[in-house]
Amino acid sequence: MGIPINVKVNGQSYSKEVEPRLLLVHFLRDVLALTGTHVGCDTSSCGACTIHIDGEAAKSCTILAVQVDGAEITTVEGLSPADGSDLHPIQEGFKEEHGLQCGFCTPGMMMASLDLLKRNPNPTESEIRHALEGNYCRCTGYHNIVKSIQHAAKNMGKEVAHG
Amino acid sequence: MGNYIGKSVKRVEDKRFLTGKGRYTDDIVLPGMLHMQIVRSSYAHARVNRIDTSAAKAHADVVAVYTGADIHTDGNIIGVPCGWQVNFKNGDTMKEPPHPLLVKDKVRHMGDAVAIVIAETKEAAKDAAELVVVDYEPLPSVTDVGKAAAAGAPLVHDDVPDNLCFDWELGDKAKTDAAMETAHHITKLDFVNQRVIPNAIEPRAAIGSYDATNDKYTLYTTSQNPHLTRLLLCAFVLGIPEHKVRVVAPDVGGGFGSKIFHYSEEALVIWASNKLQRPIKWNSERSEAFLTDAHGRDHKTSAEMGFDAEGNIVGLRINTLANLGAYLSTFAPAVPTYLHGTLLQGLYTTPAIHIDLKAVFTHTTAVDAYRGAGRPEATFLLERMIDLSAIEMGMDPVELRKKNFIPAFDGVEQEGYITQVALQYDSGDYHPVLDRAVEMVGYEQFRKEQAEARANGRYLGIGFSTYIEACGIAPSAVVGALGARAGLYESAQVRVQPTGSVSVYTGSHSHGQGHETTFAQVVADKLGIPLESVDIIHGDSDAVAFGMGTYGSRSLAVGGSAIMKSIDKVLEKGAKIAAHKLEAAEDDIEYSDGQWTVKGTDKSIGFGDIALTAYVPHDYPANLEPGMDFSSFYDPANFTYPFGAHIAVVEVDPDTGKVDLKRFIAVDDVGNVINPMIVDGQIHGGLAQGIGQALFEGAIYDEEGQLMNGSYMDYTMPRADDLPSFEIDRTVTPCPHNPLGVKGAGEAGCIGSTPAVVNAVVDALAPFGVRDVQMPMTPERVWRAMHNGNGNGKA
Amino acid sequence: MIPNNFEYHRPANVQEALGMLSQYGDEAKLLAGGHSLIPTLKLRLNDPGHLIDIGHLKDLRYIRQEGSEIAIGANSTHSDVAFHALIEEHFPVMAQAGRLIGDVQVRNRGTIGGSIAHADPAADWPATLLATDAKIVIMGQGGSRSVAATDFFKGLYYTAVNEGEIVTEIRIPVPPAGSSSAYMKFMQPASRFAIVGCAVMLPGGSTDDPRVAFNGVSSAPFRDTGVEAALKGKVADKANIEAAAAHAANGQSVMSDHFASEDYRTHLAKVYARKTLYAATS
Repeated sequence: MGIPINVKVNGQSYSKEVEPRLLLVHFLRDVLALTGTHVGCDTSSCGACTIHIDGEAAKSCTILAVQVDGAEITTVEGLSPADGSDLHPIQEGFKEEHGLQCGFCTPGMMMASLDLLKRNPNPTESEIRHALEGNYCRCTGYHNIVKSIQHAAKNMGKEVAHG
Repeated sequence: MGNYIGKSVKRVEDKRFLTGKGRYTDDIVLPGMLHMQIVRSSYAHARVNRIDTSAAKAHADVVAVYTGADIHTDGNIIGVPCGWQVNFKNGDTMKEPPHPLLVKDKVRHMGDAVAIVIAETKEAAKDAAELVVVDYEPLPSVTDVGKAAAAGAPLVHDDVPDNLCFDWELGDKAKTDAAMETAHHITKLDFVNQRVIPNAIEPRAAIGSYDATNDKYTLYTTSQNPHLTRLLLCAFVLGIPEHKVRVVAPDVGGGFGSKIFHYSEEALVIWASNKLQRPIKWNSERSEAFLTDAHGRDHKTSAEMGFDAEGNIVGLRINTLANLGAYLSTFAPAVPTYLHGTLLQGLYTTPAIHIDLKAVFTHTTAVDAYRGAGRPEATFLLERMIDLSAIEMGMDPVELRKKNFIPAFDGVEQEGYITQVALQYDSGDYHPVLDRAVEMVGYEQFRKEQAEARANGRYLGIGFSTYIEACGIAPSAVVGALGARAGLYESAQVRVQPTGSVSVYTGSHSHGQGHETTFAQVVADKLGIPLESVDIIHGDSDAVAFGMGTYGSRSLAVGGSAIMKSIDKVLEKGAKIAAHKLEAAEDDIEYSDGQWTVKGTDKSIGFGDIALTAYVPHDYPANLEPGMDFSSFYDPANFTYPFGAHIAVVEVDPDTGKVDLKRFIAVDDVGNVINPMIVDGQIHGGLAQGIGQALFEGAIYDEEGQLMNGSYMDYTMPRADDLPSFEIDRTVTPCPHNPLGVKGAGEAGCIGSTPAVVNAVVDALAPFGVRDVQMPMTPERVWRAMHNGNGNGKA
Repeated sequence: MIPNNFEYHRPANVQEALGMLSQYGDEAKLLAGGHSLIPTLKLRLNDPGHLIDIGHLKDLRYIRQEGSEIAIGANSTHSDVAFHALIEEHFPVMAQAGRLIGDVQVRNRGTIGGSIAHADPAADWPATLLATDAKIVIMGQGGSRSVAATDFFKGLYYTAVNEGEIVTEIRIPVPPAGSSSAYMKFMQPASRFAIVGCAVMLPGGSTDDPRVAFNGVSSAPFRDTGVEAALKGKVADKANIEAAAAHAANGQSVMSDHFASEDYRTHLAKVYARKTLYAATS
């Protein structure tokens, strides 16, 4: 039996009926076809499914779609215009510093990074490494991910400074 | 020319990944697609007496339930094949028991597939799979390779005595025994190179689709190796002609070896898509991935390294047991043999080497190539032995290595180095990498700091590792003689479009390596055209003529060389057309910066004009075909041999045994470098995986054959805060036998790093009398080592 | 990773939730942040027929001072608690523990009420609640009752919460001025749960009534009376701290797994008693 939910995803409102057991990540991927959010594990560990709920990073594999009724969600697809023009500074950072290889962990990694930069716009290397404790990357050894976030922090700081 | 090669060009492929537009197998939805769930064994070894599928079949939305009896009576389906044959010492062929798609009689490891449930939704497939009732009769099992090789062990396959798949040796036994007989000092160590689980973050997935009107199948799969998968699937599993199957490996979320192999799930979705005339998707859950992705390593070794009185290595004698798991995965027999035994020369002039190896079946998941594949095991062995030898002989580990290094040779002026174990190294200059790494770490200063720290009850350690690997896999004739059932060349097609842009079709497959950028850099430079005018197409057997895929650090060395061959053909034909257009002799024409020019004149014609002429051949050389589209196959003349020196600096907390990796220095020589940014990234990632094996990772099986740490809650992989930023540099010794002079960088980090970390921990614990710590060096293991050393917990 | 099917209920308030609990009995499970429950649903280790979602009840999400106590609503997330000014001021032990739970995504969603009701022996909040002398408010259809933390945690995934009851609040006495506290843990490296988590509270900054509690060590969190007695009334110097810490986990039934055997974990308890006492007194 479907439960009606209303959610705003990447600025667009949706009213859908969902099975109670439907996980948010499957709602995003299978119902809304937003496949940028990935599933890498079944224990809430890998962070590939990280999205923002009302501006805070969350693992969409550990949330039922019914729980986000009334919430605002941002996925990787919501970071920049659909044509990929005008990349968000975090996307720019990952590109410039080669913070991704296979790209599978990347959306979750960026969404977790943004949560950090919101709380701490100028993090140290150790703060960055600690903030990524909920996200696994198997390709980069994290070295360039750290640099990517530093790169983004610098540019986001500039944006704020220029108002 | 020269605008792109050697520059850190930002990756062309990034935009789609950064915006969530990557297209991975699980992102693909086909009309009418069904979902497959696999019923897997929770026993390591059990007789399957009866499978009751009636409740599952009756479940809402279930379309079909199949068991081994259904599949293996359909046609002549035996199972997934092995791609490499190794013979026993006495010449007998290895034991090659069938690897069924679904078991019929017995399960042989936890996770072995028993039945498949196919339903309209993944929810229904999952729910119904729980309703399949299997009557198992548990049997005794064995997971440890040593126990499996011992007399009286439970048998994995009834017709494989002693669980012995094959025994094998390499090197001169008599010479080695004689050398050890007269050695001044012999270092001995028994150790385990533990089983690790690859864990690409994208779990495997496959979609099978059958188009009855054209009698054509499409397989979307998470593969590093789509063409080989097609070959094995068609010719060896299902008996379908290859032209009737298209295999697509779209964006793939990491592989590290585990996605090279042809897996039974690929055959199952294709087989069932025909039965049901609907597309079928299977997507592995992580817990399933732990049980079914081929694992890596798992060697048990006794090693002896002999020295003369001056510290020269005189002999190396090895006995290894290699765990193959329950079934032979695609390349499994090659890994402990031709990718391991052949690397035991390392960087040293050891004059006598012998390895005796037994490859053994156990009730565990199949073991196959994992990043480095055999070469990390060989490097670990050599580098632990030489470090331990330095301790035992009271020598400095750097000096002992340098004393034994093979002198420099470029492979052009000087011959390649012929080893005691069947290889000829291409080119090498080993002192500079170690010298540079020692300089970067500040070795002398470190020893002072270490002494001061020890006086204050702090335990710092430094560990070295110098390695060589055999990459650019591989000369087909050589590997064929060694048992490979496939050639290991690569193909490339360079299609110049009429308006001068270029599409390149490569048999290599990128799953993170950045081929769309690196290959484009090569093509753009060689043709003198903008990078934006080049597109790299890979991973689709309908688009790409053929391919042997990406693994063994082979893409640029073999795939890149194939592209170079096609580029040569383009330029050769271009010169003919240009000569005609410029009314000059072909010998008087030269090509540079996208222009064919008559030497010594300002008469020239651009690449785009020549391309157009080739497709609109109105004013055209006689007897020349129109078009400009060239395929090439490149079969390398030799392996390539990257090498390097890695140094780890650690601090051990004496209270807890926890190892803090403080610094990691890597100086690698991977030959010429096309994109330094990408090569650095490959090194970083390899380091993390190698360090992961040293400190964190390792499969744990209990007595009943249950995998005890088959989830991310229990299997530890390095996180960002477990690692430092890496300090890396490189030297460049070009490969003399391929056109780009490249050697390969994908595995280097993973090969060199593991023993460096272990050596560093052993060095840190020297005051406790510790000479070895079993990997993964968990805090408890390190703590115990401190308390079991002759210091009994006291430094 | 698809849970079994269940019926979903979203009560408008706690009273309604209690009614549903009573109606569905042992077929019902409460859902708050879901970060303890949903992982078990996905792995099908838990198969409730009815899920009662109290996560959206905003009136259970607060942190405020009420007289001489700090009151924490059960729906407060780990982040809410860890970064709240009142918590940082009065209970560094909780601010430190909260920051060490799981990862940022988990801390943003998981709730303190859900965590303590789940009572994972390796979770981080329990030792802090023991050390701070917290009381847990449990509501049933007959009204609410208050249970001291020492009586709340009864065993492995086992608490004083009876069927049909809901944890609604945690109340902690504001410690006297000059109090000091700390939490340190030795992490299980894969899950980041505690192999050993030690919470120390020194009310008034003295050793008159030292409180030392552990989670991760045993199947239930516990106040370590051996360490406390050894330190009571003594100067918190190196010698006394080391002597007291040596009593850690004595007499406890210590857990063992492939990350930490019984004797190693016992050793770690002593090490962490010492480290945490140092942290609380430095």
